[in-house]
Amino acid sequence: MLAIKLAYRNLMGARLRTWLNVFVLSLAFVVIIWFKGVLNGWNQQARRDTISWQIGGGQYWQENYDPYDPFTIEDSHAPLTDEMTAAIEQGKMTPTLIRQATIYPQGRIQSVSLRGVDPDQKILELPTSYLKSEDGEIPAIIGTRTAKNSKLNIGDYVTVRWRDVNGTFDANEVKIVHIFKTDVPAIDLGILWIPIDKHREMVQMPNEATTLTTSNKTGFIGEFPGWVFKDHYFLLSEIREMIKAKSVGGYIYFIILMSLAMLAIFDTQVLSIFRRQKEIGTHIALGMTQKQVVALFTVEGAMHSILAALLAMIYGIPLLALQAKVGWSMPAGTDDFGLTISDTIYPSYSIGLVVGTTLIVLITTTIVSYLPARRISKMEPTDAIRGKIQ
Amino acid sequence: MKNGQLITITDMVKDYPIGRGYFRALEDINLTIAEGEFTGLVGPSGSGKTTLLNIVGSLDVPSKGEANVLGHSIGQLNARQSAQLRNHHLGFIFQTYNLLPVYNVFENVELPLLLLKMEKNKRHELVDQALDWVGLQDKRKSRPAQLSGGECQRVSIARAMVKQPKIVLADEPTANLDAENSHNILQTMETLNRDLKTTFIFATHDEKVIQYLHRKISLFDGKVANDEQVKK
Repeated sequence: MLAIKLAYRNLMGARLRTWLNVFVLSLAFVVIIWFKGVLNGWNQQARRDTISWQIGGGQYWQENYDPYDPFTIEDSHAPLTDEMTAAIEQGKMTPTLIRQATIYPQGRIQSVSLRGVDPDQKILELPTSYLKSEDGEIPAIIGTRTAKNSKLNIGDYVTVRWRDVNGTFDANEVKIVHIFKTDVPAIDLGILWIPIDKHREMVQMPNEATTLTTSNKTGFIGEFPGWVFKDHYFLLSEIREMIKAKSVGGYIYFIILMSLAMLAIFDTQVLSIFRRQKEIGTHIALGMTQKQVVALFTVEGAMHSILAALLAMIYGIPLLALQAKVGWSMPAGTDDFGLTISDTIYPSYSIGLVVGTTLIVLITTTIVSYLPARRISKMEPTDAIRGKIQ
Repeated sequence: MKNGQLITITDMVKDYPIGRGYFRALEDINLTIAEGEFTGLVGPSGSGKTTLLNIVGSLDVPSKGEANVLGHSIGQLNARQSAQLRNHHLGFIFQTYNLLPVYNVFENVELPLLLLKMEKNKRHELVDQALDWVGLQDKRKSRPAQLSGGECQRVSIARAMVKQPKIVLADEPTANLDAENSHNILQTMETLNRDLKTTFIFATHDEKVIQYLHRKISLFDGKVANDEQVKK
């Protein structure tokens, strides 16, 4: 308690020197919490959007299906069982049939993933209701990225060529009836969504599907032979890995900021011990043991982080709260990178993040303060009193 | 403590290692100092004054012999016990004042009481009293850098006296002061010695101090060359 009181008095007495260190350290606090908050917010938004737009409560994949191997698409289809059909009718799942195709927008050739989806499905946020068409044309919806890449607009017709189950090429025109905007590029880039019944008819695969997406409330229903259930842990692994990779980048900022702050404190401590030898000797003469003086200097250093936390609270809380409210706008074109990222990221700060950051900074500062302070215990008190350099 | 003797030094030797050998700073010191004395260790530079003062102040230990201060054998005390002895019973006045530059006058004088974990009201009362003794009430908010040398030494005296120790050890207290300031602070210390019965021990070679001493212990080459009472 005495060490805290004296350390506080010493720091307040040192005025500007203290506040410069405290300010640098408080910047480290705020930037670390902000950066982690942005990553958290991105993670949450990416998970939420991926679940609601793409994967629901998990997906059953036809056993041959591998989204990373285009050669598997040819054989990735199987008829639905009665149990599956029942689950679809109960709104627990929705089927998707995936085939490769080619489109010819304005005479150019582009490969696409042709996906049949139920226009009445309510499981995904994909606006499939636009696919309800009764005018005999094949309606199609595409995402903004695909529309941009292929220069397609609503009302445009585009020729699609595909191969049916027997490998025979066929072609027809589809009409773009809607262009949707999503933060999930995996259901947008190079994908043409059409009604599943029409798709089945085109490729001669009646009652077949490649994947079945369960509703978020349903999840795993049971084992189906020839189908493999992929849960959230598997389906969100890309996002998880991406956030992890971004976190590593964040740690570099963290280390740079912390190093700057710690260097300032370490320097201050080393300088203090060199410059304040008389003071150390005086403390000993007045009745402190050398261990107590070491403790005093360590507390004094560590107290920088407490003052920094308080200062960070003063300007950091309004700043971070404002950022959480208005969000952080991503530069134009970020979503073209193929990352699940919205136009604006809303940082999310947890108690764990704040407490964890505070503890890390406090512990690091204490260690950095203790290391030079240890030298005090090696001083001769009689020399210290005279300020004799040791 | 026998017959009011606060300090008893018997056959004391102090050596400092130098290379493979040693330097003998004090040799065969035998002294007793009683309560209320106003005593000076007098001698030229290198005579061992400060070394002896440091041992009495439990900042250093004898190499041989015995130094008994207030019933404690200095050589036998551990770091904690030494600190306790200084904390409760000894006050120090240094040649260069050794005030804490970031504390104001009040805080500097208060420091020893904080180390004694004294309650706030009592602490403030004693600091006020000490500042009255040295006449620095009007400077209580000033920092050492804003004070003259004489004022700094008066703060140093207040800090040494605030806990009303049994013994005050003053190492060349007037070395950095002019004649007028030297007399002022010596008069202050003499008054405190008379009124509070505090034992003052000086290490000095300053004639201005020597003329105030009631007892003069002369050291030369680490030995007591003379020990005389001065009639006042």
